[in-house]
Amino acid sequence: MKAMKTIKWKHYISYIVLAAVTVALAAFSFSGALKSSNLYLLEKIAISIMLAVSLSTVVGFLGELSLGHAGFMCVGAYLGGKCSVLLEPILGEFPALAVSVLVGGIVAAVFGVVIGLPALRLRGDYLAIVTLAFGEIVRSVFMNSSAESFGGSLGLETPRFDKNILFIIAFVLVIVCLAVTQNLIRSKHGRAITSIRDNEIAARATGINVTKYKLIVFTVSSFFAGVAGVLYSYSNYNVQSTNFDYNYSIEILVMVVLGGMGSINGSIIAATLITFLDVELQTILTGNLAVLQDLFYALILIVLVIYNNATSLKGFREKYNLKKLFGGLRKNHTVKDDEAKWHRVPTKIEMDEVLSVDLQVSSPYTPDKTDKEDK
Amino acid sequence: MKFIETLVNGLSMGSTYAMIALGYTMVYGIAKMLNFAHGDIIMVGGYMLFVILSMTGNPFLGLLAAVVFCVILGVCIEKVAYKPLRGASPLAVLITAIGVSYLLQSTAQIIFGTAPKMVNVADLGSISLGEINVPVYTLVTLACSMVIMTALTLFVKYTRTGRAMIAVSEDKGAAQLMGINVNKIIMITFAIGSALAAFAGLFMLMKSPSLTNTLGAMPGIKAFTAAVIGGIGSIPGAMLGGLLMGVVEAISLTVPAIAPYTDAIEFLILIIILLVRPTGILGKKRREKV
Repeated sequence: MKAMKTIKWKHYISYIVLAAVTVALAAFSFSGALKSSNLYLLEKIAISIMLAVSLSTVVGFLGELSLGHAGFMCVGAYLGGKCSVLLEPILGEFPALAVSVLVGGIVAAVFGVVIGLPALRLRGDYLAIVTLAFGEIVRSVFMNSSAESFGGSLGLETPRFDKNILFIIAFVLVIVCLAVTQNLIRSKHGRAITSIRDNEIAARATGINVTKYKLIVFTVSSFFAGVAGVLYSYSNYNVQSTNFDYNYSIEILVMVVLGGMGSINGSIIAATLITFLDVELQTILTGNLAVLQDLFYALILIVLVIYNNATSLKGFREKYNLKKLFGGLRKNHTVKDDEAKWHRVPTKIEMDEVLSVDLQVSSPYTPDKTDKEDK
Repeated sequence: MKFIETLVNGLSMGSTYAMIALGYTMVYGIAKMLNFAHGDIIMVGGYMLFVILSMTGNPFLGLLAAVVFCVILGVCIEKVAYKPLRGASPLAVLITAIGVSYLLQSTAQIIFGTAPKMVNVADLGSISLGEINVPVYTLVTLACSMVIMTALTLFVKYTRTGRAMIAVSEDKGAAQLMGINVNKIIMITFAIGSALAAFAGLFMLMKSPSLTNTLGAMPGIKAFTAAVIGGIGSIPGAMLGGLLMGVVEAISLTVPAIAPYTDAIEFLILIIILLVRPTGILGKKRREKV
């Protein structure tokens, strides 16, 4: 019973922490202790967490690389933003926000299905390049849209929303996103999804409908990317297609990799950390120094991935396990039970000895003992 | 007549893409990995050319330095970043490659800044033949790349090393058992790919002299798209895909209605071709084995 309790505790810890943080920050915000720059940072963190968690389901659990996450976000930001512009005068602030969040998410999810259906027939590398192509197509379409429809190169102006409340809504949506993804991952379907990651052919052979599950993950992931896009449009008042480029997709990927692939809590922590650094460093690093940040991301990506995956570092990894610190690919868990038993692999000669041992001998055969006798 | 001009322009652009696509396709065929940093090697080659050109003023010396530097860089990247990951999941290798691409871009920005550098390789002017008027650099690009591609095809087909490359791409394990040094072959592949990238950098700078740290990013992605369209892992496929891509781009750029959507059209072609033939035009279908 006690074990049950601890497992449940572990499952709910992320919700509890996030809810507590939200309530505490809401209290601060209403008492007027938070500056507008802090509120902006909090909105950004919420958006990043949502993006990282949704990308983590694709990269960490399904094992496919999507390089078009910013593209889905872009679709959500533009369509949700447009929706809020149109609905705000009719419905008022809150209903307009609710409807545009749904619209942005659903349209992005539809795009997820549309791009997923053909793309998921392809293998990993092809999928990565198709999602990248999708992101570029979306960006160029919105970039060249007319000024009346989506603002074209000037960007789409979106309505302003009370900043003191917006971040609370954002955090509530993050918790919803977390609930949906965690329940998906921990269900029967989630186990099917991770089995596709570990071995697609074996998963297919056991009767798992690989295409269906890939499509489900893709749809859920793009839905939340779209929702994050709508939040982005509310947070920035202005949606610029140039912001959703390939580099932004990579930044989300860095969060997922840093958090440890296959770890949702890790993604949350990494998203918070990177966004915090991002916003803070933007004010400190200017000019050519701003690029130090990119250099830092690149080094994180390379060092972490090599450390977690290099075949020659396997022994080192097992000896000094930093998994608790960085997370890591779950795949690298090795089963050590057999290793302990067979620390000495029996050679042919020994097997012959085994066969020639007189069965009348009372003591059972021990290889070490016979070795010593031989010497 | 305008059409022929567009076609020549497109073929010249396409042959540049083909040169880059060859690097992608060879590395993919032999090391089974997508070298995302390949596009940025073009940029490094461009900067090397710029440095030598502004020091000596000799474009041939600049090209030589660029090729040598790119080859060394390509081999080093392979040794440091990709070799430890041999046998790891393709996702891990891909993410590392993206990291390397970022690293090269940001390092170049730290060294050379964000302002574009003007690289005037050589002013070749343009040549007129009746009503047709084409810039000379397109012809130079076309001729050079045809020579290089023919040489590469002959190299792969008829030399010992080239055949070893084919063997490694067919079956790495069997090739090793036949006494082929797989690590050496992979190294040579990266070296050839990087040298081609340096040439592509020169051609791109002849077309437009502005050099920034993202010079190779978009052409790299487009060339990769071209390699996938042609069938990744296939050398003729990369050439075909590259030329197709260049011609489509040139035609699309001359039609005012669709000119802003040129990139989108190219990527759309990729998606359509992958839908019809998931392995590309000339790609071989490989059966997955357990």
